[in-house]
Amino acid sequence: MKITPDVITAHQLTASEYDKVLGLLGREPSITELGIFAVMWSEHCSYKSSRIHLKKLPTGSRRVLQGPGENAGIVDIGDGIAIAFKIESHNHPSFIEPFQGAATGVGGILRDIFTMGARPIAVMDSIRFGKLDDPRTGDRNRRILEGVVSGIAHYGNCFGVPTVGGECVFEESYDGNPLVNVFALGVFRHDEIFYGKASGIGNSVIYVGAKTGRDGIHGASMASAEFTEESKQKRPNVQVGDPFMEKLLLEACLEAMKTGAIVGIQDMGAAGLTSSTCEMGSRAGTGVEIDLQFVPQREPGMTPYEMMLSESQERMLLVAERGREEEVFAVFRKWGLDAVKIGIVTNDGKLRVKNHGEIFAEIPNRALADEAPKYNRPFTKPLRTAPLNGPEIHSDDLASDLKRLLASGDLCSKKWIYEQYDYQVRTNTLAGPGSDAAIVRIKGTNTSVAMALDGNGRYCALDPREGTKLIVAECCRNLSTVGALPIATTNNLNFGNPERPEIMGQIVESIEGLTEACSFFEVPVTGGNVSLYNETLGTPVFPTPVVGIVGTLETAVPVPLAFNRPGSSIILLGGLGKPDCHEFGGTQYAKVIHDLLWGKPPALDMDYEKRVQSTIRELVRERAVESAHDVGDGGLAVALVECSFGPENVGADVNLESGLQPEILLFHEGPSRVLVSTGDPQKVFSVARKNRIEALEIGVTLESRVIIRNRTQRLIDCRVDELKNIWTHSLEELLQNPILVNTNV
Amino acid sequence: MKVGVVVFPGSNCDHDAWYAMSQNLCQEAEFIWHNSPSLGNVDAVILPGGFSYGDYLRCGAIAKFAPVMHAVRKFARDGGLVLGICNGFQVLTEAGLLPGALVGNGNLKFVCKPVPLEVVTTDSPFTHQAAKGQTLTLPVAHGEGCYIASEETLDELEAEDRVVLRYRVNCNGSMRNIAGILNAHRNVMGMMPHPERASDPLMGSTDGLAILGSFVNAGVTASRP
Repeated sequence: MKITPDVITAHQLTASEYDKVLGLLGREPSITELGIFAVMWSEHCSYKSSRIHLKKLPTGSRRVLQGPGENAGIVDIGDGIAIAFKIESHNHPSFIEPFQGAATGVGGILRDIFTMGARPIAVMDSIRFGKLDDPRTGDRNRRILEGVVSGIAHYGNCFGVPTVGGECVFEESYDGNPLVNVFALGVFRHDEIFYGKASGIGNSVIYVGAKTGRDGIHGASMASAEFTEESKQKRPNVQVGDPFMEKLLLEACLEAMKTGAIVGIQDMGAAGLTSSTCEMGSRAGTGVEIDLQFVPQREPGMTPYEMMLSESQERMLLVAERGREEEVFAVFRKWGLDAVKIGIVTNDGKLRVKNHGEIFAEIPNRALADEAPKYNRPFTKPLRTAPLNGPEIHSDDLASDLKRLLASGDLCSKKWIYEQYDYQVRTNTLAGPGSDAAIVRIKGTNTSVAMALDGNGRYCALDPREGTKLIVAECCRNLSTVGALPIATTNNLNFGNPERPEIMGQIVESIEGLTEACSFFEVPVTGGNVSLYNETLGTPVFPTPVVGIVGTLETAVPVPLAFNRPGSSIILLGGLGKPDCHEFGGTQYAKVIHDLLWGKPPALDMDYEKRVQSTIRELVRERAVESAHDVGDGGLAVALVECSFGPENVGADVNLESGLQPEILLFHEGPSRVLVSTGDPQKVFSVARKNRIEALEIGVTLESRVIIRNRTQRLIDCRVDELKNIWTHSLEELLQNPILVNTNV
Repeated sequence: MKVGVVVFPGSNCDHDAWYAMSQNLCQEAEFIWHNSPSLGNVDAVILPGGFSYGDYLRCGAIAKFAPVMHAVRKFARDGGLVLGICNGFQVLTEAGLLPGALVGNGNLKFVCKPVPLEVVTTDSPFTHQAAKGQTLTLPVAHGEGCYIASEETLDELEAEDRVVLRYRVNCNGSMRNIAGILNAHRNVMGMMPHPERASDPLMGSTDGLAILGSFVNAGVTASRP
């Protein structure tokens, strides 16, 4: 096939990128080679727009065993045990085909974890959709939500990994471009770590797992372009997942690793055979030669181009010591899986692809994996459409506002979602969905791992730098609230088209905010994912960095989120806050009650935040509190009410002393605050004093009612069961009858 | 007691059952591979939860052909204790060791949550340590847990006191709220809820010990020469 400018454009390579290909090869590429370059140099695989900025991130600490660049980051958690974790996006496939798009997102991230030798023990998801009650797009948004949730459930449940937490947000900005970010975490001993390296000249290159088909060809390049009307025709680009096959692959890989015959291993994710071969060779400084005739194929007549670009799921590439291949084959036979030698490791540093002996591609591995174009794209002030000033805030009925907030998609219970996920399989889940952070114990040790995902597109739309710092602070606070010390971060950066300078500005500001906050909170970034071109017909999503932070704590029955007996003191760590009305424009109140976004995100004092986190960690560790809950979206009033939704419906009688106007006092989202209940307030005060933070006793727990007064003015007085009923069933009702929900409350 | 936990390709609660039996109940426990023609010298067998053979065709429909199932059938015929949990219950009905069938949940969605159950009978090796009418709260986690059978079968199960557990709140559409049943000889039980997930105080509930503790006690008694 002749390489014409049209062919080059169809591969999403620019003229200058094609010139670079010519320079690296010293000749014109074959069509197979062009396809290989296109996919390896796609934004999805090469991070060409973000790489120079990602370099700024802090990536090391004494605990970090593996930072960015491998399939997943690895962190030491003591006693010779380590965890591997990472987050990945599957935004574009999930819009085109929600069920399979989300399912294969889970499959992909799980392979990233077990390819390193770790057994996956937890999954979390951060998912964002357009609003369910939008008269124009609501139908489609509901369908996408249902498809994504059942896709995640289908894959994770069958594979046998618990889905222990996550977040779900509804916002107009995700109407034409939902976000599906999946996090996975695995555990292993230090001596069980494997890397994606094709070491040892003459060693065998072995293909294992599912057969290669024509599915997913060019998935990586699809994920690197904006959506247009033609995108719907790209449905065949979405792969189809088989979690049963992946479960067998997991068990077989972990068992094969124990033979000692495996030198390196990598999953075939985006760009399948292409990325696994050249990346493994590049990391080891070796060459890889394969002959496609040996690749197990689902259908006859596939070309080398199709086989190299196929993204068929549940496949792995491994390198085994020469002479010990049979030990590996025996394990895969036991599990009923294909395992075939398809090539060898060579000393010439090249990826050589043959089919029945004929050479179809011959490219230096480094050219593909390390020489990808790097762009310092021009950037300006970040895109911002929101005004600085908002409307006059005045409410006639604060209780009704509270109910509307509790019924809103972002704040209502996500039970409808998480009850479709098996969140307990493997019997390690000490705190699951609905907790501030999930806690998973590590059997055989005295250590548990806590984890949380956080994002906030609204804050980041107002100020990407401050917004990103706030989500890191919030995520660390979530972990601290369950008593865990945050130790490392993974991140998923979801943005629009980086070729637009005002979008690039958002990306740069956000990465710098991430750098600042992760350095300050001592949570180095060990990996992650960048998803760009999240635009449909020129409308970008809100800048949406999502962080996943992990921490450790001693294994114990968790301190609950909810109040558990009447008569305990309620103490607000961090105090009432001093927000101005500009800082109110990003809140859930502004969104739900006024349908507006304005101003700037809440102000964050990182030093104070850190001291609040130390305080709550110490209080939880010493069991000085009966319950603990982070004050987050929806502010103090929503947090208080959430604390009342325990099994016993224990509410609160709260008396505030504040000059703030009631709406702001109740619903502002100032950070650095945690609500606790305790039978020993003096202990709480003393730990707070030691850390120089405010601890305000605001009331006592009370049977079945929530009453909030300010300076004797009664702001809220509601029955817990009434509020709980709204909160519990709202999502289901939004899905069944979105119009009713809004008129009912 | 020595308990064998059968591992089919796709079993994923095998380790949980093993852990509960060996760590929480301090019994000897070992895995038995699906290709194994024999059960060795175990005193009792657990068919664990999961997605044996990917739930392809129907849940449990392929597992019933696994070589190990010949041994399980014989073991059951000889009076050995067999407990099928979740997918294990599905396998037992497909294999004909228990009557009825398990089909898709009423709302067609997977459901994972703790559910309150009524102990209907204590005349069984799996519940003799519980109290009749007692409420046990155990987690369920299944997409196909709706128990169905003909009216005659249901009547027979009730007449012979073979319904062991009923949902107090029906979470999947099961006929007559049935969550667990016995075979006619009362040595084989299938149940959709997961007692192994409620056997450790760290997991928030130990209600599952009423089932697994009875099972161990019966197994120990049976294995005594």
